[in-house]
Amino acid sequence: MCQECGCGDTEIVSVDVHERILSGNDRAAAHNREHFERSGVLALNVMGSPGAGKTALLEATAAALHGRFRMVAINGDLATDHDAERLRRAGIEAVSVSTGSACHLDAAMVHHALDDLPPSGYDILAVENVGNLVCPAVYDLGQAANVVALSVTEGWDKPLKYPVMFMKTGLVLLTKIDLLPHLPGTKIEDYEDAVARVNPMPRVIRLSAHTGEGMAQWLEWIGGLMKPEPTGARS
Amino acid sequence: MHEYSIVGALISQVEGEARRRGARVVNRVHVRIGTVSGVEPVLLTAAFDVFRERTLCQGAELVIERIAERWTCPACGTVIDRDAGLLCGRCGTPPRLTAGDEIILNRIEMEVS
Repeated sequence: MCQECGCGDTEIVSVDVHERILSGNDRAAAHNREHFERSGVLALNVMGSPGAGKTALLEATAAALHGRFRMVAINGDLATDHDAERLRRAGIEAVSVSTGSACHLDAAMVHHALDDLPPSGYDILAVENVGNLVCPAVYDLGQAANVVALSVTEGWDKPLKYPVMFMKTGLVLLTKIDLLPHLPGTKIEDYEDAVARVNPMPRVIRLSAHTGEGMAQWLEWIGGLMKPEPTGARS
Repeated sequence: MHEYSIVGALISQVEGEARRRGARVVNRVHVRIGTVSGVEPVLLTAAFDVFRERTLCQGAELVIERIAERWTCPACGTVIDRDAGLLCGRCGTPPRLTAGDEIILNRIEMEVS
C-alpha cells in the first residue's frame, strides 16, 4: 500500500498483443469485401502516381465495357471532383472522396462512398486511389485485386524506388505507350524488367488509353476475374 | 505521410488495451515494422511524438523492431535473395514474401495499480 495516499502499489505489466496496427482498417476492408462478393461486384483498387493516366484508363474502360458490363467508380483525391466528373461524362456513375490532407483511401472511406452509389445493379467497381506510389499500398480497401498504372513518362525505375506498391499488385499497366516515339532512350523492356525485380508473378500489359492499344488484354484480364454466373444456382 | 494515420490507430489500440487492464500509464510500446511494409520508422517515431500528447502514451517510448524482407519458395522452402531475381534457384518457382511486410503492435508495458 502506498504510504502517501493509500492507492496501492503500481505494478509494471507487459502485455503481448501481436495484432496488426491497421486491424481496424482490415475489419472494415473485410466488411467491404464480403459486401462486394455477396453482390457479385468486382472491386479493383487502381493506384499509381498523379498523372499516371488512371482516369484516362477508366474513361477508356467505361467506353469499352459499355453495353456489356456496368461499371461505377469511386475517385479519391485530396480535393476537387474533377476525376469523377470526367468519368460521369464518360457515361458511368462516379463519386468523389475528398481526402483533405490524407494521401490514401482507407476501407471506411470506400464504405461511406458506397452510400452515394446505387445499392446494386453494377458489375465492376473501380476505386481510383489517390495519386501516390507509397501510402495507398498500405491500406486494404476490400478489393478483389490491385492494379497499378505506371506511365512510360515516369521513368523505368519507379518499381525499384517504390517496391511495396509494385510487390502488392496483381497487374501493372504500362500506360501512355503512344508517347514512346517521343521519349528517346526510353525502352519499355526496362520497365518490365524493373517490375519483375520486385514482383515474383509480374503481369504487365502495355497500354494506351489514347490509341486503344492493349485495351483488349486489359479487358480480358478483368474478364478473368469476373465470377461466371453460377449455372443452375438461381431459381 | 500515412504514418500519422497509423499512429492514430496504434494509440487507440494501446489505450484500449491499457484501459481494459486498468493501467494509468503506458511506459513502452513495442512495434514490429517490416522493411517493405511501406511504413518509415523515422516518420512513425515523429508522428508518435506528436500524437501521444494527452493520451495514456504521453510518456511512453516507442520501440521499433525492424523485420527484414524475406522471400521463400512455396514449393521447396528455399530462401531467395530478391536482388538475385525473384525465382527459386533450386526449382524455378516464384517465391512468396514471408517476412518484411509487418505493421504489428507486439507488446505494451504499462503501470497497473
